[in-house]
Amino acid sequence: MNIVVCVKHVPDATGDRRFESDNTVDRVGVDGLLSELDEYAVEQALQIKEKSGSPEETKVIALTVGPAKAVDAVRKALQMGADEGVHITDDAIAGSDYIATSLVLAKAIEKINQDKGQADLVVCGMASTDASGSVVPAMLAERLGLPQVTFASVIETQGDQVRIKRDGDTATEVIGGTMPLVLSVTDQTGEARYPSFKGIMAAKKKPLDTWSLSDLGVDAGEVGLSVAWSEVEDTTERPPRTAGEIVKDEDGSGAGALTDFLASKKFI
Amino acid sequence: MSEVLVVVDHVDGAIRKPTLELLALAKRLGEPAAVFFGGSDKAGEVAEKLKAFGAEKIYVVDDAEIKGYLVAPKAEALQQLVEKASPAAVLFVSGYEGKEVAARLAIKIESGLITDAVDVEEGPVTTQSVFAGNYTVKAKVTKGTPIITVKPNSTAPVEEAGAGVVEEFAATISDGAKTAQIVAQQPRKASGRPELTEAAIVVSGGRGTGGNFEPIEGLADALGAAVGASRAAVDSGWMPHTFQVGQTGKTVSPQLYVANGISGAIQHRAGMQTSKTIVAVNKDDEAPIFELVDFGVVGDLHSVLPAATEKINERKS
Ligand SMILES: Cc1cc2nc3c(=O)[nH]c(=O)nc-3n(C[C@H](O)[C@H](O)[C@H](O)COP(=O)(O)OP(=O)(O)OC[C@H]3O[C@@H](n4cnc5c(N)ncnc54)[C@H](O)[C@@H]3O)c2cc1C
Ligand SMILES: Nc1ncnc2c1ncn2[C@@H]1O[C@H](COP(=O)(O)O)[C@@H](O)[C@H]1O
Repeated sequence: MNIVVCVKHVPDATGDRRFESDNTVDRVGVDGLLSELDEYAVEQALQIKEKSGSPEETKVIALTVGPAKAVDAVRKALQMGADEGVHITDDAIAGSDYIATSLVLAKAIEKINQDKGQADLVVCGMASTDASGSVVPAMLAERLGLPQVTFASVIETQGDQVRIKRDGDTATEVIGGTMPLVLSVTDQTGEARYPSFKGIMAAKKKPLDTWSLSDLGVDAGEVGLSVAWSEVEDTTERPPRTAGEIVKDEDGSGAGALTDFLASKKFI
Repeated sequence: MSEVLVVVDHVDGAIRKPTLELLALAKRLGEPAAVFFGGSDKAGEVAEKLKAFGAEKIYVVDDAEIKGYLVAPKAEALQQLVEKASPAAVLFVSGYEGKEVAARLAIKIESGLITDAVDVEEGPVTTQSVFAGNYTVKAKVTKGTPIITVKPNSTAPVEEAGAGVVEEFAATISDGAKTAQIVAQQPRKASGRPELTEAAIVVSGGRGTGGNFEPIEGLADALGAAVGASRAAVDSGWMPHTFQVGQTGKTVSPQLYVANGISGAIQHRAGMQTSKTIVAVNKDDEAPIFELVDFGVVGDLHSVLPAATEKINERKS
């Protein structure tokens, strides 16, 4: 079995995230890391491999699309236990929207299918922590003509059958599909493992391919900021909230102060 | 004027409020035309309501054949409808299903997609709140038919009747779209409290509750509020995941948000930072949540909240 797990390199949410002068996300001037939500995807890919009848014949391939330093996302996945990595990078990709990103990912998966064997599962995170679109997995399924079994909180596989629990807004559903398919996983699937020292050492020797757009047969004119199907016109930083009033609850005074505040704002 | 398609979000014919908000937004862009995927037996009642909130047209797509499958058939039907109606835009409610149908439609009709708008104006120009609410972004679609998913609570529904012309739309669904099967479905039980994303007031609890949500629920009921939770409270099994506020839960933007025993991690902030008024109760005067608040109480929620609830109930009577 072959499992491709899509991992994105994102600006660190606890650091300073910002936009460039062309209104694209600054991906170079800030600290980045493997999107925390994609750690859950890597974890589930590894668990599916471990639970499968033949782990030694199952390959987990971590795939990312991004600038040079995005390779760190793949490296982290390799340290966690993925077997191989693929990094798609090309100057032309900068500023791509979901449409172009999903195109490049789909072409990369097609090339993986050819070069490394058919992917039975394409595993994604539920959303990237920077764009939070939650749309790339559905786009990949559309482009690759695969079933999508998405937003899983619990995953079960048996042979080529996949069943997940999906906690939607109005109902909890069980969704089923037959491999090959696109699977996306939420942070309800359980904590991701930390790379062990052994894992970190082993990762250095794992195969890692770097492909450009021409390797994928994608024309540079199909991707990037200039051909994006949507355009950011303006970005403004939200003004910081003005400091509020903070009281200490002494001898039960807090409840009264809180009630007075709520009443003054007409919430009571 | 061109039609603006509004994909109706409903549970068994009960229309959810965000759809009515979309109709109000659609009116700014053209003629609101609702698209209802559902049983024909429900269509009459549904059409009445959509009409009352401004729908000029209601497309009814019978879902008997497709309701057992996830998102792909709906995208296919919408592609056919877009080809027929040439709308000025297609609007969805931002949620798992809305976003994914929108995503697939965007690829099918080669059109740009904007997700999680909090406002839509003529153009259409969208407003989004990004990076945990720290930035406001204005954007527009530059190719094809703009596809926009809009967060709940982005505007108020407007009760102003449209023509409400009902039209059956027969879509052809391929077998290839019927691959991801909905094997079982368990509707969520109503809590009796307002919906988290629709509520004017949200009272949330975190790890600091120690698992006892009674003080939270008491205050919520006194204020007529919805109850929310941090991920720590959800991960501990104290509250179901549907109550989670934050990056991987719900985004709320109420008039008042009360955070109790919640430290204020960036991922939590992402779901509540745009609330109009923010109040926190926390034992630790250095908790980051206090950086956001309009009013804060440094104290134990287990004593402050019950006492405040009693005072509020006294004032009300
Ligand atoms: C990828 C990712 C996604 C995430 N998504 C979300 C999300 O959607 N939503 C979310 O909330 N979190 C999310 N988190 C988790 C987030 O980082 C925090 O861990 C979480 O919000 C902490 O919850 P908490 O504030 O309840 O707990 P803690 O951080 O432990 O804070 C508890 C607070 O309670 C106070 N306290 C304790 N006892 C009392 C008392 N008796 N009275 C008053 N105060 C008391 C303490 O002083 C402390 O400030 C996510 C994390 C990651 C990595
Ligand atoms: N540039 C990228 N490289 C690899 N995977 C990606 C990329 N962008 C998105 N993904 C995958 O798609 C998921 C959803 O992303 P998004 O639709 O951007 O929220 C992520 O969790 C990743 O698994």
